[in-house]
Amino acid sequence: MSRRRVVITGLGPVTPLGIGVTEFWNALLEKRSAIRCLQAFDPTRFDSRIGGEIDGLKVANFVHKSYRKAAKIMARDIVLAVAAAHQALGDAGLHTKCLIERGEAEGEPNIDNTRFGANIGAGLICADLPELAEVLHGSSKNGKFDFAHWGSEGINNLTPLWLLKFLPNMLACHVTIVHDAQGPSNTITCGEASSHLAIGEAFRAIVRGAADVCTCGGAESKVSPMAVLRQELGRRLSTRNDTPEKACRPFAADRDGTVISEGGGLVILEELEHARRRGVRIYAELVGFGAGHDAYMAAQPSQPHPDGRGLTVAMRKALKDAGITAGQLDMVASAGCGLKEHDRSEAAAIRTVLGERITDVPVMNIKAGLGNNGAGSGAIDCIAAVLATRYGTIPPAFNSEPMDPDCGLKMITDEPTDARIDYALSNAYALGGGQNAALLLKRFRE
Amino acid sequence: MKRRVVITGFGWVTPLGCDIETVWKKLLSGQSGANPTTNFDAHTFPSQFAAEVKNFDLKAFLGTHYDNHKTCSRNAGFALAAAEMAWQSAGLNGGLDVDPDMVGVYLGGGEGPIDFDNFAAAAVAGWNPEQRDLDTVRWAEVAAERLTAVKEFEQDPNCAAGHLACRFNAQGPNFNTLTACAASTQALGEATTLIRRGDADVMISGGAHSMIHPLGVTGFNRLTALSTRNDSYATASRPFDKSRDGFVLGEGSGILILEELESAKRRGARIMAEITGYGSTADAFRVTDMHEGGRGAIAAMKGALDDAGLGPADIDYISAHGTSTEENDKVESLAIRTVFGDLAKQVPISSIKSMLGHLIAGAGAVELITCTLAIRDGVIPPTANYTEPDPNCDLDYVPNQSRQADVRTCLSNSFGFGGQNDTLIVRAYE
Repeated sequence: MSRRRVVITGLGPVTPLGIGVTEFWNALLEKRSAIRCLQAFDPTRFDSRIGGEIDGLKVANFVHKSYRKAAKIMARDIVLAVAAAHQALGDAGLHTKCLIERGEAEGEPNIDNTRFGANIGAGLICADLPELAEVLHGSSKNGKFDFAHWGSEGINNLTPLWLLKFLPNMLACHVTIVHDAQGPSNTITCGEASSHLAIGEAFRAIVRGAADVCTCGGAESKVSPMAVLRQELGRRLSTRNDTPEKACRPFAADRDGTVISEGGGLVILEELEHARRRGVRIYAELVGFGAGHDAYMAAQPSQPHPDGRGLTVAMRKALKDAGITAGQLDMVASAGCGLKEHDRSEAAAIRTVLGERITDVPVMNIKAGLGNNGAGSGAIDCIAAVLATRYGTIPPAFNSEPMDPDCGLKMITDEPTDARIDYALSNAYALGGGQNAALLLKRFRE
Repeated sequence: MKRRVVITGFGWVTPLGCDIETVWKKLLSGQSGANPTTNFDAHTFPSQFAAEVKNFDLKAFLGTHYDNHKTCSRNAGFALAAAEMAWQSAGLNGGLDVDPDMVGVYLGGGEGPIDFDNFAAAAVAGWNPEQRDLDTVRWAEVAAERLTAVKEFEQDPNCAAGHLACRFNAQGPNFNTLTACAASTQALGEATTLIRRGDADVMISGGAHSMIHPLGVTGFNRLTALSTRNDSYATASRPFDKSRDGFVLGEGSGILILEELESAKRRGARIMAEITGYGSTADAFRVTDMHEGGRGAIAAMKGALDDAGLGPADIDYISAHGTSTEENDKVESLAIRTVFGDLAKQVPISSIKSMLGHLIAGAGAVELITCTLAIRDGVIPPTANYTEPDPNCDLDYVPNQSRQADVRTCLSNSFGFGGQNDTLIVRAYE
């Protein structure tokens, strides 16, 4: 018996470069950057004061009317996921509860809710600092925090549902409620590898028959003082504050760190026959998934393996899963986000996997105008790779020249480049923690 | 033919201790792991007790490996210690004759406890009461002085899984799932499917969590999810009892070694049980409440039974999620009645949360280990502190006394906030 085939029928990017496929893809082709001086809060005290932000995101635009009040218990990360689900499910022409109630889908539901799953990657959601600081301050005397007062009175000033704003599985929970997805549901929390691992798991769930449709990917906002501080403590951020649009320079010789950002993306995976019955447009086929771990230097979890060991395992497993060889690859969508050692580690893995073909196979990278979207970054990368495969065009990594000669990749850096892409590999890895994953996309053919 | 997945080792770190046999005896005799909270000064909180892991010494478990992991968070330390014991009990100390990239980790690991004192100090300093807003400049000054890179990064929920991979050179698939209280049951279920489909031959899987810290207790107290029986903490966790008033927050870890059957046989491993069924669903109902009819829980149990090719009559013991909250215990009982029909009153059900408290992301793995021990020894652990029947919970909860029984097949439930439902079926190996 041949294995169930899984295709991608909907895309929902929610990024500082645009919401929805058209805005997002055009921005990539036009080489636009969304990186700017941070506006969400005063970043003066930080060395890195730039980032990618999404303006004007309103929950009411993405949920049915009766669910609007739930916005009160949604951290920013959750809002991003809810927005992405709205985009992706609408794009896939699925008549979910929310889309029917909003009048955006006509007719009866065209999906069996019990066979409709969700797997949404998430980060460590930072508590809303202003909210918590006000209440903590209320339990202080002369600038000193009073623990006894906090326990007896202070905590009562937090909204009763406070904890639920910050549980990582709330991205998936709100999405499943809004769209009535009662099938398998999971939340992967593995940093920047989360989205790929989530999409990979959803892929497996459909292949094994546990679901027919899954909404999967990830979302995260790192636009908060706490998140910026964490990244600065780890010395991960670029300080090119005067030229924000040039700050994120993956694989460039003069890269000096990544740039914080926010965003996410969900893709709709669907079993091929299910998609055919609906007569829906098919973007691409997902044919392989692999995951691996660096198993390197536990004492320094932010240190990648110098040879990209875990990513090599992940890429090779994805190839094997699809039953193809590295010789058949037409593009690699890289995850590099401008960190010296991480970029080098990924480049080493790509060189190992491609072997002699390293000089032929184009490498895509879209981080220049986006920065690091945390747990959402992999889904955004994957969406770009799907679109590149479908349209036969690779958007350029416009900040990557002059290239780091040690990386040795054939990066597309100048202008959008046409290429026939039958097979594309999309990479992801956690900046800390050692997780790696790869997805193998195939241009759809009957 | 479907690849079969067996359990060849396990270890745990619990509020009743860390040695498998000692803790098992205590569970069979109904002992409580609850204590007045010592992780922080909780004397003014609504809940002033918890089920804490006592006198935990990571170095004693890791020996020469300790230096590589000494900066890890409390929950990652629990996971490392439990995994060390699991690895030993699986007879893997001499190494494993499997490619490292066929050895993976699937953890239901919680986030590391927040560096609360420093976090609170920065928040207090950064709050501008006149403007009623956070002065992020002032906040960043204090926070940058007080918070450290190591403590911040070790809070990331994927760090514990990373530590395990490093310790055991597991270069294969590495996942962390954080589906609240269902996480480690979900991790074990997903690890099982991962071995079945051939992505790995050996998986180190389970969960670890500690939310016994000021913000954890704050969050649960605000949700009114915790028991507040401060004067009788040892009997506060009362799953299915009419007088239950919330769960007792626990901490700890359970880790199991899962192996593909043929691989386990080849190395002559001792096979403790087989995982044969997994079901996972979402309520898709409300963030705050379970579906009143137990819709998602029913579907998860049925899914697991279908996956195992079994029916309700095959189940000898149900390890309940049984949190001791009004809602869970009622809905879970209803869901069991729906799935089991006429058999519902005959199948023994118990919740060891009555003794260990609720280990949150770590709970399901510890409960699956007790299922395996129940199969091994033919004895079912009790639901402790059960005195007053609740008409909404009218099943056989094995009250207060452990029970001898021929246990071949167990069903273990875990349900999480937001409507996450996961069920596993574990069987005696044949």
